[in-house]
Amino acid sequence: MMQLVLVITAATLSLAAAGAIVRIAVGPSLLDRVLAADVLLAILGAALCIDMAVNRHLNNLMLVVAVSVIGFIGSVTVARFVADRREQPSDS
Amino acid sequence: MTPDTTLDTVIDAVSAVFMVVGAAMSLGAAIGLLRFPDLMSRMHAATKPQVLGLFLLLAAVGLQLRTWWVWPVLLLAWIFQLLTVPVSAHMVGRAGYRTKHLHRELLSTDELEAVVQKAAAKDTAASDAEDDDDSA
Repeated sequence: MMQLVLVITAATLSLAAAGAIVRIAVGPSLLDRVLAADVLLAILGAALCIDMAVNRHLNNLMLVVAVSVIGFIGSVTVARFVADRREQPSDS
Repeated sequence: MTPDTTLDTVIDAVSAVFMVVGAAMSLGAAIGLLRFPDLMSRMHAATKPQVLGLFLLLAAVGLQLRTWWVWPVLLLAWIFQLLTVPVSAHMVGRAGYRTKHLHRELLSTDELEAVVQKAAAKDTAASDAEDDDDSA
């Protein structure tokens, strides 16, 4: 049963990652791309969790936490950057 | 041995359902990213795998390992995600509002607009008062 679950989730997550990558490529604005990259990181964390659950180990747990830290720092930094760069012309 | 094996089957089935639903959350987020029209509605879809999806998958990990001591570790990982996701979503939404990455006709209410207008009115009043001081 676990092999069947692994196949189903692998197909689902591959489709989801493809959708997120398409949004990163198409995304009209920088913030759309940041959001899609965040979703891609969440999909990566989901894949790591499924690997842990199917193979019954905990090797990836720190990696899952590290991925969520990277997503947090990345999106906050880029959001600040966007706010600062676009504000300047409208203020002056 | 029979009760143990049936319990094993039940736990396996529950964790399998958790895994499939958690992966479906990621797919839902991707479909939402592709189909929703503007940044705010895409943000709504993007939080599904980050909170509920991660919860379901970490619960599946805990069920599969069948030990008690992993649950606090998994809970810690989930609570960490739960604390960081709203902050980054707030920052992205704030930047999106300020840089006008939203379709105003799709909003049902815009509670921030009144605050922004009030602050702008206060700013212009203050600068007018300064101008009066200068002329006097």
